[in-house]
Amino acid sequence: MNVIETDRLTKRFGTFTAVDRISFEVKEGEIFGFLGANGAGKTTAMRMLCGLSTPTSGSARIAGFDVYKQTEQIKRNIGYMSQKFSLYGNLKVWENIRLFGGIYGLSSRRLSDKTDELLHTLGMESERNTFVDALPLGWKQKLAFSVAIIHEPKIVFLDEPTGGVDPVTRRQFWELIYEASTRNITVFVTTHYMDEAEYCHRVSIMVDGRIDALDKPAALKATHRAGTINEVFQALARKAKRGE
Amino acid sequence: MNDIRIRNISKKYGDIPALDNLTMTIREAELFGLIGPDGAGKTTLFRILTTLILPDAGEASVCGLDIVRDLKEIRKRVGYMPGRFSLYQDLSVEENLTFFSTVFNTTLEKNEDLIHDIYVQIEPFKKRKAGKLSGGMKQKLALCCALIHRPDALFLDEPTTGVDPVSRVEFWDMLDRLKKQGITILVSTPYMDEASRCDRIALIRSGKCLSIDTPEAIRKAFDKPLYAVRSAAMYPLLGDLRAYAGTYSCYAFGDSHHLTLKPDGGDILRLRQYLKEKGYPDAVIEPVGPSVEDRFMDLEMEAL
Repeated sequence: MNVIETDRLTKRFGTFTAVDRISFEVKEGEIFGFLGANGAGKTTAMRMLCGLSTPTSGSARIAGFDVYKQTEQIKRNIGYMSQKFSLYGNLKVWENIRLFGGIYGLSSRRLSDKTDELLHTLGMESERNTFVDALPLGWKQKLAFSVAIIHEPKIVFLDEPTGGVDPVTRRQFWELIYEASTRNITVFVTTHYMDEAEYCHRVSIMVDGRIDALDKPAALKATHRAGTINEVFQALARKAKRGE
Repeated sequence: MNDIRIRNISKKYGDIPALDNLTMTIREAELFGLIGPDGAGKTTLFRILTTLILPDAGEASVCGLDIVRDLKEIRKRVGYMPGRFSLYQDLSVEENLTFFSTVFNTTLEKNEDLIHDIYVQIEPFKKRKAGKLSGGMKQKLALCCALIHRPDALFLDEPTTGVDPVSRVEFWDMLDRLKKQGITILVSTPYMDEASRCDRIALIRSGKCLSIDTPEAIRKAFDKPLYAVRSAAMYPLLGDLRAYAGTYSCYAFGDSHHLTLKPDGGDILRLRQYLKEKGYPDAVIEPVGPSVEDRFMDLEMEAL
């Protein structure tokens, strides 16, 4: 079953075509890596997929809902986390869980169970009353991810979730991603770490608003006769004509 | 001498030590990398060396100048690019450059040759407000502003976080050229491929230096046999490799898992047999050379 389907999805700002007729599908439980250089159009595409920006043309269905008419249903069925914004630093750990759980529509009873469960899984029971700002970055990110899927969404969108994170913590984060995927949550993730692209089931590479390549990591490397995804990325992204 | 000398530097925030008796020397015109997890003390060290905060104990000098006594002179001689974008968001690219050149009593024209390679990339956007630039462009502008007064030492705190792989390569090519001009560069990065491009790197954790050497020597210090293991089902494989009695450590590494065995962990034939029994008849196990990242994770594991 496809949880994301787009057909020639396009976004223009004036005369500038930020996203140029992208067509692809993502299956339930798939880990999909959405790669591209800064300015290639990833963020604009992601905003449309999350129901935050109306496309100029083309179509897309997210968890079965239309990106033009059913943006509220889309928002209820997805989770979102980015490195730049995820949790409120001046709220305590439990307060953040309560806030986001409430926004995602969980009942008080369910929230209290979920809070215990989540803190237990993360091994963070003793941090319940800690302000999020005081947590190490790695913990913050794991908590942010768990909060983004607290309502068991169909899809979770992760925008550079591991930016600036050390090698050990990045790997721990990816184990959470795998775990979510085994629970059939689809993971749509952007990253600038090319080793992380290898952890995805399939990856796409955007260049100048288009999707120039989309396949399993092994197939991409074979097609481009490259040893690593980094080499594939460098070869494709260097063809870009437009600046950032 | 444009070197950086750090002697027994300590700094606490309340009861929490950020730097703990740290000693190291960065040579003139060296491209020196600082690697360490969040909270290791990297930013604190940058702030002390650029004279923005005082250490609790210890001494340090930058370009032969004392960080306490000669702070005004140091500020003229160093360029600093903080981790958080700290230019004026509501000034244009051009206005930011003019502002920083004026503060340092110089002009853009005088030092154009030094920043030329980066400046040509941001020049088409010179009327745009800095706050409206993309991530990669902001980094380039910040580097231009840090270089505008032709510093002898350059401090870069995670300059490429959030920057795409192509721009990162360009940024490091740029650092190579600046180094050739004799500028001493201290740079922190979470990307291990960048660490490998430094002359020397220091791995730090909890304010202490775990290791300091060339990338080559740091790789060689990884003294255990290392294996790359692959199969069609990578995630279950990771769990099963970790559950194997002979395993010392196992981490995901791009398209394979990197595995080391305990001294008494048996041989590869036994592991092969185990994987067959666990349902990985296709598993490939081959010896692989360690990278800086392998060594970093090994040291982290020992430190825990």
